[in-house]
Amino acid sequence: MMMRTALLAAAALLIAAPAFAEEQPVKPYVQSDANAGTKPIAGDAVFKALHGQEGIGRIVDDLIASLRTDPVTADIFKASDFERLRRTLIEDFCYVSGGPCHYTGMDMKTAHQHMGLQDIHFNALVQHLEDAMNKEGVPFRDQARLLAKFAPMRTPVVDASQN
Amino acid sequence: MQFGGKLDLTRGVANVEGAGGGGLSTWALITGNETRDGVGGQVYGTYVGLSDYSLNEFGGGVGLFDRGEISLSRQTFDTGATGAKLGLGKNFAFDQTVVGAKLRLFGDAVYAQDSWMPQVAAGLQYKMNDRTAIIHAVGGKDDTGVDYYVAATKILLDQSLVLNGTLRETRANQFGFLGFGGDRNSGYSTQFEGSAGYLVSRRLLVGAEYRTKPDNLGFAHENSAYDLLAAFAITHSLSATAAYVNLGDIATFRNQRGFYISLQAGF
Repeated sequence: MMMRTALLAAAALLIAAPAFAEEQPVKPYVQSDANAGTKPIAGDAVFKALHGQEGIGRIVDDLIASLRTDPVTADIFKASDFERLRRTLIEDFCYVSGGPCHYTGMDMKTAHQHMGLQDIHFNALVQHLEDAMNKEGVPFRDQARLLAKFAPMRTPVVDASQN
Repeated sequence: MQFGGKLDLTRGVANVEGAGGGGLSTWALITGNETRDGVGGQVYGTYVGLSDYSLNEFGGGVGLFDRGEISLSRQTFDTGATGAKLGLGKNFAFDQTVVGAKLRLFGDAVYAQDSWMPQVAAGLQYKMNDRTAIIHAVGGKDDTGVDYYVAATKILLDQSLVLNGTLRETRANQFGFLGFGGDRNSGYSTQFEGSAGYLVSRRLLVGAEYRTKPDNLGFAHENSAYDLLAAFAITHSLSATAAYVNLGDIATFRNQRGFYISLQAGF
């Protein structure tokens, strides 16, 4: 009995595993760095302060984990494609911080359409991002430079999500 | 009704008049932890120990949709041992109640980081002092007065800076503790408040403030005030302000300086 349950569990894992590793299809859209909604920070000082691609990967993993457990934001991410979210967030942070990346995600308005977001959700993301950057040991001055780029996105993200 | 959601420190702290601001100056930020979708508020207590006097106050404010603010402050200016030297009697105290209202007009201090446009708010502070006889004896005209102000606040995140400038129309003598209008000048004058702060972290602001005051009374000159302050968000709800403050001469006693300690709890 135990053996059978274990086998079944292993089989379920094998079947389930690829579903997590692959992104779900999205409606076609024009890919462009302009979709990031802001010009990158000049120079690569902030990208380096984030500890490059690897640091950004850790920050994004931590951010997504916090957003999924925070009761304020958990419901918003229930049906999210986390593979795609992780990849596009990493690209976004890398591109905006002055790193050698291109942003291939959707523009901010389209990406947040119909989500019904409010400032409380936007601000929760900001604070989880700050926590994640603190854990990564990113100096506040560099955090603030990155946040200065994301702060104006409150308009396309929150306001457009009402439509 | 939604509560909370504002970013740390972006409600300001409680200033000397009980309004959302820094220590000495009133800012354009709206009190309370609410966003534009909810209501919030803040209660506070402040103690200022000066060379020859002390000031203690408590009060609170309500923030409505990050758009408007109503505040109430009860303040006691205690002359302590200096009261006897002034002929008022030891521990003679001036009590003042301040009712404030503030409306955010335009601009955004926090989110509009792609623009230099500050957040601008206008407001008034109605001040009622209970020492009518003494106020008249020192040359003051009235025991109540209204201050009108316009404040502009901007956070420059990419520089980690917080800047504020405020213009105030006032007749207040020593914030109103010595009444309103005087024998030298009984009308309104325009005064300036400036603040500059550096964000050390998202929870700690260090800065300096300067505030000019009228000089309406003949018996004693009044000077500008300044402070060096630190505002710290202990938790998302609880914040503390500690400052070195210099209020200048007060009622012939020179160079009144000391420590300003304030605790605020917001929701």
